[in-house]
Amino acid sequence: MNGVQVSTTVNGDVEEFVCHPGETLLEVLRNRLGLTGAKEGCGTGDCGACSVIVDGQLVCSCLVLGAEVEGRKVATVEGLADGNRLHPLQDKFLEHAALQCGICTPGFLVAAKALLDDNPDPTEEEIRYALAGNLCRCTGYDKIVRAVDAAAAELRKSSKKKASGRKK
Amino acid sequence: MKFGVGQPVPRLEDPRLITGSGRFTDDVNLPDQLYMAIARSPYPHGSIASIDTDAAEAAAGVVAVYTAADIESLGGMPCRAVLKDRQGNPCFIPKRPLLAEGRVRFVGEPVAAVVARTRTEARDAAELVLLEVEDLPAVVDLNAAAAAEATVLHEAHGSNLAIHYENGDEAAWEAAAAAAAHRVQVSLVNNRVAPSPLEPRAAVGHYANGTFTLYNPSQGAFAQQGVLARAIFDEPLESIRVISGETGGGFGIRGEVHPEAALTLFASRALGAPVKWHGDRSEMFLSDSHGRDNLTRADLALDESGRALGVRIETLANLGAYCSAVGPFVPTMAGGRVVGTVYRLPALYHSVRCLYTNTMPVAAYRGAGRPEACYVMERLMDEAARQLGIGRDEIRRRNFIPSSAMPFVNHSGVSISSGEFEATMDLALERADWAGFERRRRRSEGLGRLRGIGLGYYVESSGGGPEEEARVRIHPDGSAEVIVGTYSHGQGHETAFAQILSDTFGIEFDKIRFIQGDTAFVKFGGGTGGSRSSQMGGIAVKRAGEGVIEQGRAVAAELLQSEPGRVTYEAAVYRLDDASAQVSLADVARAAETAQFGGEGLAETHRYDRGAGTYTFPNGAHVAEVEIDPDTGVLHICRYTAVDDCGRVINPLLAAGQVHGGVVQGLGQALLENVVYDTDGQLLTGSFLDYAMPFADAMPDVDVSFNEVLDPNNELGVKGIGEGGACGAPPALVNAALHALASRGVTAIDMPLTPEKLWRAANGLSLQERAG
Repeated sequence: MNGVQVSTTVNGDVEEFVCHPGETLLEVLRNRLGLTGAKEGCGTGDCGACSVIVDGQLVCSCLVLGAEVEGRKVATVEGLADGNRLHPLQDKFLEHAALQCGICTPGFLVAAKALLDDNPDPTEEEIRYALAGNLCRCTGYDKIVRAVDAAAAELRKSSKKKASGRKK
Repeated sequence: MKFGVGQPVPRLEDPRLITGSGRFTDDVNLPDQLYMAIARSPYPHGSIASIDTDAAEAAAGVVAVYTAADIESLGGMPCRAVLKDRQGNPCFIPKRPLLAEGRVRFVGEPVAAVVARTRTEARDAAELVLLEVEDLPAVVDLNAAAAAEATVLHEAHGSNLAIHYENGDEAAWEAAAAAAAHRVQVSLVNNRVAPSPLEPRAAVGHYANGTFTLYNPSQGAFAQQGVLARAIFDEPLESIRVISGETGGGFGIRGEVHPEAALTLFASRALGAPVKWHGDRSEMFLSDSHGRDNLTRADLALDESGRALGVRIETLANLGAYCSAVGPFVPTMAGGRVVGTVYRLPALYHSVRCLYTNTMPVAAYRGAGRPEACYVMERLMDEAARQLGIGRDEIRRRNFIPSSAMPFVNHSGVSISSGEFEATMDLALERADWAGFERRRRRSEGLGRLRGIGLGYYVESSGGGPEEEARVRIHPDGSAEVIVGTYSHGQGHETAFAQILSDTFGIEFDKIRFIQGDTAFVKFGGGTGGSRSSQMGGIAVKRAGEGVIEQGRAVAAELLQSEPGRVTYEAAVYRLDDASAQVSLADVARAAETAQFGGEGLAETHRYDRGAGTYTFPNGAHVAEVEIDPDTGVLHICRYTAVDDCGRVINPLLAAGQVHGGVVQGLGQALLENVVYDTDGQLLTGSFLDYAMPFADAMPDVDVSFNEVLDPNNELGVKGIGEGGACGAPPALVNAALHALASRGVTAIDMPLTPEKLWRAANGLSLQERAG
């Protein structure tokens, strides 16, 4: 095969792989790196189930080529938790039962992470718009929106604590 | 009990799903697996002249190409609907082959299966399969399919009519209609929808050592095993193991065995390697079963005071090109069991003509017939209220079946056992501030917008197959294992059933291990569908647990050197009634595994039989409030209120989630979703760009509450909650939109209420004529 040698960072770890020029990042993550959290829901960028963050930018990994992440930083749902400590978004998804079948959930978590990285205090409308690239067929979105809102509040609280801790 | 029934317990399923470690079928990869792709018919209707597979076979990486001629040993996909018309003629059910035989009958019908070393090679080669057909006219429109001169899809049958189902008494209806002070007629479209679970179908088939193993998403592995073994492969049940790990949504259609799953098994046996197939989204639009698709005319006869005297409901129902597993059952009996829904109707006549067309087969979709039945009655009630000048709540009040009349036997002979329809509606009206609507309307009017509020009352008949099984075992460490025949594909049974067992045993929640979806363990079960799992699986689990406690009591009595009658059980401890001695559940389980006590351990299988012909009746009142911008046609859902009676709520978190999901699917159907075939039979809605599913930005917060009226016929008092939202939302939304448009003289509009349609309606333009 005419392989492309790629060196990148995934969830903080350096990863080296060889892929076909036409292979998508989604295929690379799932089939070469064993990171199956991102899902193929449509393969055309319409459903968001394959969402990952590349250099701080939310993308559909089905629309990005594996070769394109050379030298970049990729963040997936698998990197959300800190070891056994869940990310506040994951905690709140649990607490609110913001998922049902779970196939779209990794994409929602990643999209919500991208939103909160950018806007720590979104309104409900902003949450709904930010998540409007992700389809969910089970939940009707209600609990997802509430979970993201609760996680944002949690994150604001802990960043305040950190900030005041530093002042001392 | 902290984790018991009624508590908002977080889901046991979720830790794996929120970390990306859920194992769905596409996450399953077996060593040396090959990949399958399907060549599908691009023609809606034609006689197959030839299928040339030479180029595909010669393509890089290709291992095998199969057409119908290669799989003659396999049976077709069965339909389990058993229906007869009034003259005793059975429903005409043609063979539905795995790969097209002789004719192709819809765009997307599988024609050939190509197996190659990689997915890309398989898909590329599938495009090289050359299908030549002699074109036949495509029959797409339901009225055209019913016409005498229509092209017939299944020639030998002579017409496209599978069955003309009738129920009720036409003469009684005629008499009621003749005596009526008022007659109200509606003509309705229940649009075809694509159920679209977010997980595209996938399958991994593996044949080794005389056994087939199939990994695939489903709504119950046992049912799939039965279809594959009996109808398709003609092999003993034990020779096929079906494993459904996580399933990414079902909504009815994952209860079907689709052809690709069987083909991976066939190819694996032929090639001696595992074979994987993973469909893409466009294939799903073409080849996942569709839902709904009815044309209905209904006629309601009322007396002077707005009390119904009778109803006539006549429907043309689209089956698609073949019968799905449930095909003609959905528009006839599934909906027909609650025909007339929650209203007293002295006379009723119900007629359904099920027709074949050159489209993808239609199967069960969330509610399966009940949403259609409810839509008809709720539109009739609103139209009657409008014509008679009676309040829309008032006309329902005058016609509801009162609780005092229950059990109430309806025109289908079904006994509606419980419900407080008026009280439930009143709760919804109160929470929705129905009385304060006029104030809000005026405010909208001031902004140039049309505001409306609408009501949808639904009732279901739930339960599905009357038998369900559960097996509960207590391990020597005191932990419990439960095997169920139902199958959670998002509902959260792992949690709900653990709550029931936690209540039954008084053991800790995290000591309960849940097994489903693998026929190596599940030896019987109807799967999940028709809102049946809490009432069927839940009771089987509870009774199996109680059986285990009784078994344990006998063992404990011996260990305590006493009589079973003197042994009490509480919180995982057996005690003598005078509290002089005790033994733990774990010790009893350990003892039960010794030869002294037969060595079988502490385990009980319970098969619960609800009784044929009995159901539960989840019901509820949904209120939608909308605002329409007449300049753009954009509809905004300002407020949505759901009050559901699903009997006892096992877990309010899970129950609310079911309501949310059902409501949004119903709103999707009412507002956006529509499967469109053009007049030539080509599918125009083959992606999420063309087929609009609701996103978060356009959906409302849903105010969810429950009026728990316990079911009188099962000890948990549960009724089911899976489908109510999909029943209540379409009529609530359409009635609200029509209420908003009333000032513009609009009295009828068909789903989906797209902005263009609403804009045309609001501005007095024809609804038929398309822009551009």
